[in-house]
Formats: sequence, C-alpha cells, structure tokens
Amino acid sequence: MLDKELRSMIGDVKDGRMDRRAFIKRMAAVGLTAPLANQILALGGVAMAEGPQVYKPTKRGGGGALKLLWWQGPTLLNPHFATGTKDQDGSRLFYEPLACWDPDGNMKLVLAAEIPSIQNGGLAADGKSVTWKLKPGVKWHDGKPFTADDVVFNWEYAKDPATSALTIGTYRDITVEKVDDLTVRILFNKPTPFWADAFVGAPNTIIPKHLFADYKGAKSREAPTNLSPVGTGPYKFVEFKPGDLVRGQLNPDYHMPTRPYFDTVEMKGGGDAVSAARAVIQTGEYDFGWNIQVEDDVLLRLEKGGKGKTIYAVGGDTEFIALNFTDPNTEVDGERSSMKTKHPLLSDPAVRKALSLLVDRESVKKAIYGRAGRTTANFLNGPEKFVSKNTTWEFSIEKASKLLDDAGWKPGADGIREKDGKKLKLLYQTSINGPRQKTQAIVKQACQKAGIDVELKSVVASVFFSSDVANPDTYAHFYADLEMFQIPLSQPDPAQHMRRYLSTLVATKENKWQGTNFPRWVNKDYDATIDAAESEMDPVKRAALYIKANDLMYQDTVFIPVQHRLKVEAAANNLRPIISGWANETDNLHDWYREE
Amino acid sequence: MSQYVLRRLLIAIPSLLGISVVLFVVLALAPGDPFSELATNPNVPPEVQAALRAKFGLDDPIYLRYLSWLSAMLHGDWGFSFVSRMNVDQLILQRLPATLYVIGSAQILALLIAIPVGVYAATKPYSLFDQIANTLAFVGFSLPTFFTGILFILIFSVTLDWLPFVYTTDIKATGIRWVLEMIRQAIMPVAVLGLFQAASMTRFVRSAMLDVIRLDYVTTARAKGLGQTKVIVKHVMRNAMIPVVTLIALQMPAVFGGAIVTEQIFRIPGIGSLLISSILSNDTPVVMAVTFVFACLVVLFNLIADVLYGWLDPRISLR
Repeated sequence: MLDKELRSMIGDVKDGRMDRRAFIKRMAAVGLTAPLANQILALGGVAMAEGPQVYKPTKRGGGGALKLLWWQGPTLLNPHFATGTKDQDGSRLFYEPLACWDPDGNMKLVLAAEIPSIQNGGLAADGKSVTWKLKPGVKWHDGKPFTADDVVFNWEYAKDPATSALTIGTYRDITVEKVDDLTVRILFNKPTPFWADAFVGAPNTIIPKHLFADYKGAKSREAPTNLSPVGTGPYKFVEFKPGDLVRGQLNPDYHMPTRPYFDTVEMKGGGDAVSAARAVIQTGEYDFGWNIQVEDDVLLRLEKGGKGKTIYAVGGDTEFIALNFTDPNTEVDGERSSMKTKHPLLSDPAVRKALSLLVDRESVKKAIYGRAGRTTANFLNGPEKFVSKNTTWEFSIEKASKLLDDAGWKPGADGIREKDGKKLKLLYQTSINGPRQKTQAIVKQACQKAGIDVELKSVVASVFFSSDVANPDTYAHFYADLEMFQIPLSQPDPAQHMRRYLSTLVATKENKWQGTNFPRWVNKDYDATIDAAESEMDPVKRAALYIKANDLMYQDTVFIPVQHRLKVEAAANNLRPIISGWANETDNLHDWYREE
Repeated sequence: MSQYVLRRLLIAIPSLLGISVVLFVVLALAPGDPFSELATNPNVPPEVQAALRAKFGLDDPIYLRYLSWLSAMLHGDWGFSFVSRMNVDQLILQRLPATLYVIGSAQILALLIAIPVGVYAATKPYSLFDQIANTLAFVGFSLPTFFTGILFILIFSVTLDWLPFVYTTDIKATGIRWVLEMIRQAIMPVAVLGLFQAASMTRFVRSAMLDVIRLDYVTTARAKGLGQTKVIVKHVMRNAMIPVVTLIALQMPAVFGGAIVTEQIFRIPGIGSLLISSILSNDTPVVMAVTFVFACLVVLFNLIADVLYGWLDPRISLR
C-alpha cells in the first residue's frame, strides 16, 4: 500500500472521519491483520484499543481448582532472576506488570489505568518518554498500597549490577521517575519506537518496594520474599517447591472485578512434554499443559476421544538453518571460524542459494510440525506488519543441481560435487531434539541427491545453548558449516531480535563468543538499516526498514528459514485459556475460566 | 574392636576427600554452565551473563573453587543453587520425604517378595516353582524401569483409568482420605521399582540359601529328625541372611539417592529428579551436594557393614 494513502487514512481515523473498524477492515483487505492495523494506528498517534473482553463469569471465585502442568517447573519466583520462561510463568501467578499482550498483540491493561498514547499525553511525540498512569486502589497481598514508588524501585533494583537481575538489559538504559503517587514517567536516551518493554509483559512484572528495599544490590539473594512472593496478582502465594510445585489461592481483594474465576491454582513441574500432553489430553488429570513440543501425529492420536485438545498461538518464532560465513576448519590465532577467514564453500552465493532450494519446508511441516508449523521464506515472521511479502521459497533438486553445475561444482567420481579440488562436504549441527533430528535427515537426503555430502551432528541442548567459553560445541562458537535452532521472539517487536546480526556483534574469541552474530555475516547495508529502524518513530517507515533488513538476509541467504513455529499448548475441553503468541502462557491468567 | 572401628573411621575421611575432589573436577570439566538459557534470550546482554559468571565464581580456577567449596562445607554451609538461588540443604530436605517414601516402600516390597520366594525356591531347587520364579526374575531385571513404567501407565492410567500417573505432594484431602490418596498414587512407582529390585534380590537370596543348605550341619540337623520348616528357618536362613543383610545395607544409600528414571516418569519430586534436573541445568552446587551426600552414605554403610562383619566374625577385626 502506498505510504501516502496509509498516512492519510491514519489522519482520517485521528480526526474522526473514519472509524477504527473501517480502517482495520481496509487494512485487512490489503492483507494486513487487525493487530498490525492497531499498532499502526497507535504509533500513528491514535490511541491503542484494548483487546476485546472474552471473560464471561459474573462473580469472583467458585471455579474450583486450576491444575497446570509445566514439564519444566519454575525454579525460582523472583521475576528479576528468571532464567527462562518457566520462572517468569511461575512468578506471574503472583506478580503483575503494568500491561500485558493479548492473543492479537493488542495491549491489555493490568496495573496501569490507561494505555499511554499521544492523545492522552502519555506518549511523547519525539519518542523519548512515556508516562504511565497507575490504577488507583490496588493493594499488595499484604494490604499495603501499590504506588509509583514501587515502580521506580523496580527500576533501581534491576539496573543495579550488584543485584545481578537478569532484567538489567531492559532497565539500565532508561530513567524512571515518579510524577505523583499514581504516575510514573520513563525517559529514554534516544527516540524509542517500542516503548512498551519496561514494566510490560510477564518478564517485567513488579515486585513490592516495602519487602525488597533492604535486599537491593549485593544482598539480593537473601530476601525471604524471593521464595514466597507477595504480589498484586489474582492469586496469593501458598507454597513453593522449586522444580516441583507452585501453589496459590484466590486473592479476595483482586483489583479486577469478577476475577479470578478459580479458587486455587497449582503448577506442577517435572516430566516430559509427551506425558504432559497425555495427562491433559488423554486422561484429563490436569487442566493445562505448557509448551507441548510433540510431533503432530502423536498429538492427533491422543486427541481421539480424549478429554482435552491442543491449542495454538501465533507468534514470531522461526526455526532456521544458519550458514557460516567463516571457515570453521582453519585455525587463525587459536580461533576457528575466525573473521580473518572466508568459508571455502559457503562464500559462494550459488552454494548458499542451492542449499536453500534443498530444504523441503513443506515436507518438514507435513512430517514433523503439522499444525504447529507454517512454511516461510522469511527470518522475521512477526508481528505481521514486519513480515516481508517480497520473498518466496521453493524446493527443487533440479534447480539446485543446475545452479551448482553453472557455478562450476561438478560431480566427482564418488558423486560428490567438487570445484578447484574442494569437495562439497558440509557439517550440519543442531541441538538434540526429536523434530530437529528428523529435519536434519530430510535435508541431508535432498542434499545427497544434489551431490552435496552432509554430515549430521547433534549436541545436547544444555551444551549447545550454553555461553561456556571453553566449549567448542556451543551455537555461538559455530564450529560447523550449518546449524539449526530457533531464537524466540519474546516481544511483539523485532528490534532486539534483528539487532543481533549487526556486524559489530560478531561472536569472536575476543568477546568470548558473547557476540550475538553467530553466522558472522557482515553487511554495511544491514547495519545502516537496523540503525535507522531503531530511531525511526514513523511506524510505517520503521516497518519498511525491518522488512528491508529481512530481505537483505534473504538475498544473502544468511539463514534458511525452515518453519514459522506456533506455540502449542494442551488444554481440557472445557477450559478457556487465553494464550498469546506474544506473551507468556500465564500472562492472561486472570481471564481464564471454565465453561460450565 | 574399638581400635578397629577407629581405624575404619580414619580411613573413611581421606576417601571422602578423594571422592569430593574427583566429583568437583569432573563437574568443573563437564561442558555447559548454569546460565545457558540466557544465551538465546535477547533481553539479557552478554555482559550480564559474564558478570553473573564472575559473581558466582565460575571463572575462577578449579582449585580455588574447590577450596572455597570445601571450607564452606566444613562450616556447614552447603552453598546455594545457582538456578533457584535457594540454599542447597533446604532444597534437598524438601525432596527427601518423597524419595524416602516411594523408594523406601519399593525396597520393602522387594524384600517382602524376594526373601520368601528366594527361600522357597532354594528349598526345592529345579522344581516347577523354582523354574517359574527364576524365569520371572530374569524377565524382571531384563526389563528396564522406563519400559515397565510406561507400560503400567498405559494399562492402569490410560486404558483402565484406575490410578493417577502424576505424583503430587499436595493432596487436598485430610485424615484417612489423605493416607489412601498417598497410597494410591504411590502404587505404580513402588510396584515398578519394587518388582525390578525384587527380581535381582530373589536370585541373590536363592543362591545364598543354596550355599548353606548343602552344608554338613544342615544334614546333621535333618538327621536329628528336625522338621523341614525348623531346619530352614532356624538353621539355614539365619546363616544365609548374613550376605543378604550386607547387600541390603549397601543398598540403603540408594533409598536416599532416589531412582532417577522412575522419579522422572512419575514426576516424583525426589532427590533423583533433583539430581537429573540439576545436572541438565549445570547447577554445580546442587549436583555436588547430592552426589557428595550419596558418597557419604555409601562410605557410612560400608563402614557399618565392616563393623557388622567384625562383630559377626571376630577374626576380621583382629587382622
């Protein structure tokens, strides 16, 4: 759609010449989804609409017990120390953020009284500050009032390096100030188009100042409330056994009317995803099973005549194969995959393009991911407005072979292609995980047919994803030619995600492989595009920049996207959970209920 | 005798130290670190990961880390879990009841099956009963617990819907109903583990009995005209039980150590599942503590067995 046309439409909505619904309809007509339209409106200066209400119960409580099964149980209950989504999920039963994300990527109010917008003065037009109004009358579980001081304290707590909070990345570059008891202002040091990071969503819930003030900094581990949270949430803390059990009971003073529905909540940990699916879908022992990464035919079998079903949420997670741009087999100054080398095979664009043609995404979807996957040509698959429409993918052994023939890669006596004495042999690694190993097999087979010899390697996940400097098998060392995994897109915004591949962030020995650009791809155009996007306040232009960034990766075949993965959960047939691809599973728990 | 006990005790100390050094070095050399999940989280800057590693001493040389662990341990400080930032002793105490209950019950079940079956089979070697018992015992310890566990779940939970297959520590009933629920949820894991243990123990009891039953004094007792039951219980079993008691004593640490596979299948929050999840998340202090406790128990029960031998056969303690 023409930039000008869109802009004038936003203007129409702003001035009341067009209603919001008509705008969203017209956007839908050109292939954009409602959340995208909403976000465009919000950033274009029209107040963001709150997500639709789906909650039906008319009174608080009476819903009995809610039994949740997390096959990796929470191991701690302080959101600032959460080392994974499981810990955020557990903390989120008790602690709350200012706002959260609904299934469509709309913002939903929790502890805030209104969504900041340019109209209500919450959002500065220059993108350098945002002002949140807090809901009055909210009380902590111990009866103390929730105020702006608590919000400011969380910022001070998290940004202090001595606290060693894992949320420090969100808070260290901002300033949070109290305007009055129920108003806080966040100041950014540069225009920040995605302002809804601090204090929003399950990773950024708020802990009470009066119980943590004495445990800021070096003493952070000693706080007794690390293990027995006192929050503002729908459920009050009862019991916690790390890795095994979290229990809560209804908070009679909860600030949202008629909520929560359930009288108690229990989150049981341990076991594996398949048996979790069985306990929810087949035997009905539990109401909800988290993150059911199980092959689709197993789920279909369980669902036959079962007591539960699977549910899906669309987010932006992409399973991809990354290509190494440096040589993993040559050591320079004690470092393999050094920036001083070039990959002997993969630096040929024809080889990279041929590999992309050899990944049969449709077969991978059919054989492995089923309902939980979508084929894609893009690295960036969400939110919708950032998804490129300029790309296509294809599976063709003939085309790949022709491409290689034309580039001078001729089959040798053993059927493996070679050029200038270099054989087309590749090492393809991933983490140990059923679907990943099956994908490897599918790709290997196609490559063999095209005359590429692929050796498969799988590394145990706890090693592969570790930041261990001494271990050569981590994904960041990338001592292989190809590697496959996914990096979750944790917010409904691609800024952090796309930043990782700046040429300044290449993973090297010098930065102890803490750099995030593991393909070691260097592209000046990409760097400039990301820099521009990060301070671009115009939502339409900003989206266009991220699409351009994605397309640059596509043109250079830095990644071969295998599958756009959906979130899969198991739920009892009568449970009405609210699951968003942009939020943690428990982020909308206050709205869950059971259909009688 | 007391000198013998003292000597054994003094030997136990260096062996424990040796065990702790080996454990520590192996863990330090093992790949991975406790903050692996952070590596793919774009919200956590790499400097934060580095700072955390430094704060928890993960970048110090191994010998320094070992010395600080040892001195803390001598002061009774077990350290804290990197993953849950909770004291390790607290974490272990939380897991101990479920382990003792389930694994302990399984051991008792194993004994209740193994002793009578083994004894009876030995009194009638190569009879039909003996052959059936032997066959079942072989089948029993050839089938791994992860197989029988899933089989039991499929039969009793999924098909018949009689028993729950998720073990919960917080049953919401009180009084007799609580007891019944506790028993109901433990039936499957106890049966799986108990039958597995019983299988090997039956073979052991049988062969111990057979060793004794052929001795001359047993024939003498029979020749005196004593009844079969009296001969078996009073003369044979008493002596045959000496190696069996040793075996049981040496299996006691296993009761505390949990059964990793069974705990994982039935989601029993025991020491075994704590150990496996700590290993997977590279939570060194917890792994160190659990394995060290385990080593202490092995050494302790070895000591008890040695002392028992010394008491049973005074010649041993004099040597």
